[in-house]
Amino acid sequence: MAVATPDAAPAGTPGTHANENYLTAGRGLLSWLFSLDHKRIGVMYLVGILSSFFLGGVFALLVRTELLTPGPTIMSADTYNKMFTLHGAVMIFLFIIPGIPATLGNFVLPLMLGAKDVALPRLNLASFWLWMTGAVVAVASIVIGAVDTGWTFYTPYSTTTGTAVVSMTLGAFILGFSSIFTGLNFIVTVHKMRPEGMTWFRMPLFVWGIYATAIIQVLATPVLGITLLLLIAERTLGVGIFDPALGGDPVLYQHFFWFYSHPAVYIMILPAMAIMSELISVFSAKHIFGYRFIAWSSIAIAVLSFLVWGHHMFTSGQSGLANMVFSALTFSVAIPSAVKVFNWLATMYKGSIRLDTPMLYALSFLFLFSIGGLTGLFLGALATDIHLHDTYFVVAHFHYVMFGGTVIAFLGGLHYWWPIMFGRMYSERWGRIAALLIFVGFNLTFFTQFVMGSHGMPRRYYNYLEQFKPYHQASTVGSYILSLGFLVVAGYLLHSLFRGKRAPANPWGGATLEWETSSPPPPYNFDHEMLAGDPYDLESLRWDPSTGGYVRKDPSSVRLTPAEAH
Amino acid sequence: MASHAGAHHDPHLAHHFESPAQQHQAARLGMWVFLVTEILLFGGLFCAYAVYRANHPEIFIFGHHFLDKGLGALNTVILICSSFTIAWAVRAAQLRQIGVLKLMLGLTLICAFGFLSVKYVEYSHKWHAGLLWARSYAPQAHHGDDAHGPAPGSLQMKLPEGEGGAGAAAAPAQPAPAPVADPDRSSIPPAATGPAGLASEDAGRAETAIVAEPANAQTFFSIYFLMTGLHGIHVLGGIGAMLWLLACAHRGDFDTGHFIKVDLVALYWHVVDLIWIYLFLLLYLIH
Repeated sequence: MAVATPDAAPAGTPGTHANENYLTAGRGLLSWLFSLDHKRIGVMYLVGILSSFFLGGVFALLVRTELLTPGPTIMSADTYNKMFTLHGAVMIFLFIIPGIPATLGNFVLPLMLGAKDVALPRLNLASFWLWMTGAVVAVASIVIGAVDTGWTFYTPYSTTTGTAVVSMTLGAFILGFSSIFTGLNFIVTVHKMRPEGMTWFRMPLFVWGIYATAIIQVLATPVLGITLLLLIAERTLGVGIFDPALGGDPVLYQHFFWFYSHPAVYIMILPAMAIMSELISVFSAKHIFGYRFIAWSSIAIAVLSFLVWGHHMFTSGQSGLANMVFSALTFSVAIPSAVKVFNWLATMYKGSIRLDTPMLYALSFLFLFSIGGLTGLFLGALATDIHLHDTYFVVAHFHYVMFGGTVIAFLGGLHYWWPIMFGRMYSERWGRIAALLIFVGFNLTFFTQFVMGSHGMPRRYYNYLEQFKPYHQASTVGSYILSLGFLVVAGYLLHSLFRGKRAPANPWGGATLEWETSSPPPPYNFDHEMLAGDPYDLESLRWDPSTGGYVRKDPSSVRLTPAEAH
Repeated sequence: MASHAGAHHDPHLAHHFESPAQQHQAARLGMWVFLVTEILLFGGLFCAYAVYRANHPEIFIFGHHFLDKGLGALNTVILICSSFTIAWAVRAAQLRQIGVLKLMLGLTLICAFGFLSVKYVEYSHKWHAGLLWARSYAPQAHHGDDAHGPAPGSLQMKLPEGEGGAGAAAAPAQPAPAPVADPDRSSIPPAATGPAGLASEDAGRAETAIVAEPANAQTFFSIYFLMTGLHGIHVLGGIGAMLWLLACAHRGDFDTGHFIKVDLVALYWHVVDLIWIYLFLLLYLIH
């Protein structure tokens, strides 16, 4: 991982150690595994999470390949059940929930606050170790028997199937604690570590988004914890809480599960929105429009996320009144989401838009998330949901929001912060090609699923009628194009680690504090105490041809003098 | 909230904090947030309790007669005492009274072990009576030392204070599967009547409430073991944390008035106590 040589720090970066950065500050595997440095923990998370993404992606490709033809193509029906379950479980619990907060959040959030680290560095390391433990348990359960319940582990099937449900749910339980500790750490960090001058409404919107996410992580994940413990107790002891034969109620499991898992989709999307607010402003070279609305809409989404879980149970025998209330609340989530989208569009209006790779992903997000969000309204409406429930329409909606939203924004954020993480630039040309491949492949894969879902193709089926064959085949071809795009990304990013051009401290012209240190940053981030101003005052920067990046017109505006610092 | 050692450079101050006060506040906020997650962890079980009690109040009225109110009350007193001693331990740590600190931590530990001992007695009674969670629920009508009387021995055992006499005599042997379809199998009003309806009934209900074992009585014991078991695990965690504090005190960590660790463990212990009080009310003292 140590890729930058000691003389990597570009000349002309004000006020940084020229000879040391966090990548070179210690050598050997143990200096990484026991590091308390939030940047190293973020990078380790990045490695783990991208590995999980690869694993989940392989399962997805196997599922799509099986569906090339009706009936058996490459695997048996039982194997197919395991494959789609593993795709879901790995992608959700190992990749997308920890994804943005644990990697980019860990790396960037303390830097944005001008802080030396997160508030509780040991807890941060413990969170990473818990993640690894949970990942090992989950992967081990794949090896010893896999799971065929679907990622939701619905009872009563999950309490009767012969597959490795206990170990998989135990893995998810441990991963949940990892997620709780990350969220807890960010809440404390945002409350206690903000620099001089950074009031709540001068925080970068990325910080607002991560903060709202952390609230959900802390309040929702324990409920998943107890639900999974109950499921384990049900299988091992027979406590009967979810078993009708013993006086229990399987629908209670669904309530418990979705009380966590619906907020969990906002754990996934809010950090993506957080990244978007940064990208749109910086690459439009314009102050963010409607700062307070975007900040409050994050909190609004976090609050509403707890009130809509019943929309997963419209067909589970919920009362008509409950259905109506949950439907209405579900519609209300569209308001803060739309507030964000409109503010991003307003930010771009008359901006000086640069189509660098991160911005291409940001534009993809706007397009795909809008489709994903609007199709959510079809599913939130009671009448249409009866028809669309458990069809590919749901699968497509979910992937448009989670993949088209979260993964695309994650890629955008990764490309945006890659220079500061590793001190290297990647190939802009290949970056754009890959972004295009991913956009095309994604739409081909999932738009066809909207169509076949609305025609009645049920999700999770191994076999299908001949009439759905063209859609399935188009979708599978799309998934291959998508994977090709990811291979290109992996190729040029790995190449940049070793051969990339040295990155300037501020390659994009961002005004948030993470760009005020060198790329990559020194172990303790800043050698000055930082003074925060308006995080979107892009006018305070100017292009500096000698470094190929941006510099402050007035460097003293973000630094406390030693006399002012305490 | 500032640590007493803040005047000069504090060896306990981590590099990324500017002041001991900031460090202490961060640690406390972190602990409070963690305690919120603990409440929510138990929240799932409280929710399960609420759902099943609202839908099947007769199960809970029936089941709670098998819990020993005396032992439950004893445990409540023990835990309240331990909350007092650990609060005193925080005070002692603030004042750098290391001897008092160790004494109070020791007393808290004794309370914690006392609580678990009482819980062990309760659990073993349940175990012998077969009053376990759903799949293992097999009430023993003729258990060893309860040979007197064909009525459910354990029921008799659990109702020593008067109200039990009539109730126990009236109760048929446990296998009576209580005609599920019979809406009048107990005099407990349906949930729709609401709490007010229950409260307005006359006090003599207890006897009639246990005339028959309701269907799915095992649900009460599932919930009882889940809630008290999860709580017991938290007591064990508290014991571990207090042993760690004793080791720290022995090592001299608190000689400088750096009491954050004691403060945090005390917060955790108070929450464990508080949860028990709710468990005592909801499981033992219901009507």
